[in-house]
Amino acid sequence: MSDSNTYLPRDWGLQPPYLYEGYKSTVERSPRKPLVPLPQTLSELTGPVYGHDAVREIDSDLTKNGALNGQPLGQRIKVTGRVTDENGRPVPNALIEIWQANAAGRYVHKVDNHDAPLDPNFFGAGRFLTGPDGRYTFRSIRPGEYPWANHHKAFRPAHIHFSLFGPSFVTRLVTQMYFPGDPLLPLDPIFLSIPDVNARNRLISRYSVEATDADFALGYEYDIVLRGSKATPMEG
Amino acid sequence: MDNRKMQQTPGQTIGPYFAYCLTPEGYGRKGITSNVLAGPATKGEHIRITGRLIAGDGSPLDDALVEVWQANAAGRYAHAADNRADVALDPAFNGFGRCQTDKDGRFTFDTVKPGRVPGQGNRLQAPHISVIIQSRGMLSHAFTRIYFGDETKANDEDPVLNSIEAARRPTVIARREDTPGGAVYHLDIHMQGDQETVFFDA
Ligand SMILES: [Fe+2]
Repeated sequence: MSDSNTYLPRDWGLQPPYLYEGYKSTVERSPRKPLVPLPQTLSELTGPVYGHDAVREIDSDLTKNGALNGQPLGQRIKVTGRVTDENGRPVPNALIEIWQANAAGRYVHKVDNHDAPLDPNFFGAGRFLTGPDGRYTFRSIRPGEYPWANHHKAFRPAHIHFSLFGPSFVTRLVTQMYFPGDPLLPLDPIFLSIPDVNARNRLISRYSVEATDADFALGYEYDIVLRGSKATPMEG
Repeated sequence: MDNRKMQQTPGQTIGPYFAYCLTPEGYGRKGITSNVLAGPATKGEHIRITGRLIAGDGSPLDDALVEVWQANAAGRYAHAADNRADVALDPAFNGFGRCQTDKDGRFTFDTVKPGRVPGQGNRLQAPHISVIIQSRGMLSHAFTRIYFGDETKANDEDPVLNSIEAARRPTVIARREDTPGGAVYHLDIHMQGDQETVFFDA
């Protein structure tokens, strides 16, 4: 396998560690032995491919895709951004899956027993592909904050979960998007587990007048960078 | 040589509430895949792979996501980077599956046994499945592999298995059981402890 096809490694100066004491569930669930280096073979350089047959137009509109008899409650938002790799090149046709709580901070998930109302018109999941320029857009409502059992009075900052594959099995990324100015961010061990403060802050979306839908939805921009190619791309 | 122009986005935990999006069959919705990778038309030996995810204190990971990626029975990946025209694609096999663990931490996949694919230096690897583990309490995902216990000769010459210290190799080799319904492979994944599974920096 020629070097030109391999991907840059996970950067453990930027990625959260498996064990982070502030997030209690990591204590029993974190691998403790050193990771074994794995050469990137065809098994790592290939990965699942999903195209236009896997997504419908309505899958990117969470204000509509769970509606039963009306509109979901809450502030409508539009989120848009670009997916690129570390080399700065756009990642086209990347499948993005998202899920989030409703405006009251409650998930549709069966084991979410938070005593906040479900919204009969909000399901909270979507999926879509990036375009040829790596750009994606979806509409939703602003998710509410919700309590969790990690510590006394713990509330998660408002967030949307993102899942991406990128071009191969090793470019997989699951992350969360946060909102600017959230006072819970400096208190959240999941957010704080990211060792680099600048990398951490890049998980906070930017409010954008440009992305705002007039008379309809507040706009946010959120860019994502996947692992890039190891070899220098040929110029020209 | 370093051609990084931008810094990679950090991961965050998948959390406990992904199922209605990523494995949504129980919510009356269809996901992009499921834990059934092989259908009646899929070529090759149809097998089941099952095991449990176990935390350091012995408790099951009852809310984890296990994702698998594999070659078809002939040893070809359904992906453009595998362009070996002499090995046939199987139109009835895509090679990607997902399973949410149950209350006992158990995952199950119905698939076909993958063929051998080339590795470093074009040497054949033993048949294997690539695995990603994620759950609440995991801030970054973990890579591992599943090999097959009845492939003794192929396993003995596999470069990745040989890069693992001998005492830890069994943590990634599934035990074959022949049942009236077909072959079932068993492998538990231990996050920590004496039997900690080998996780890779891939
Ligand atoms: Fe969440």
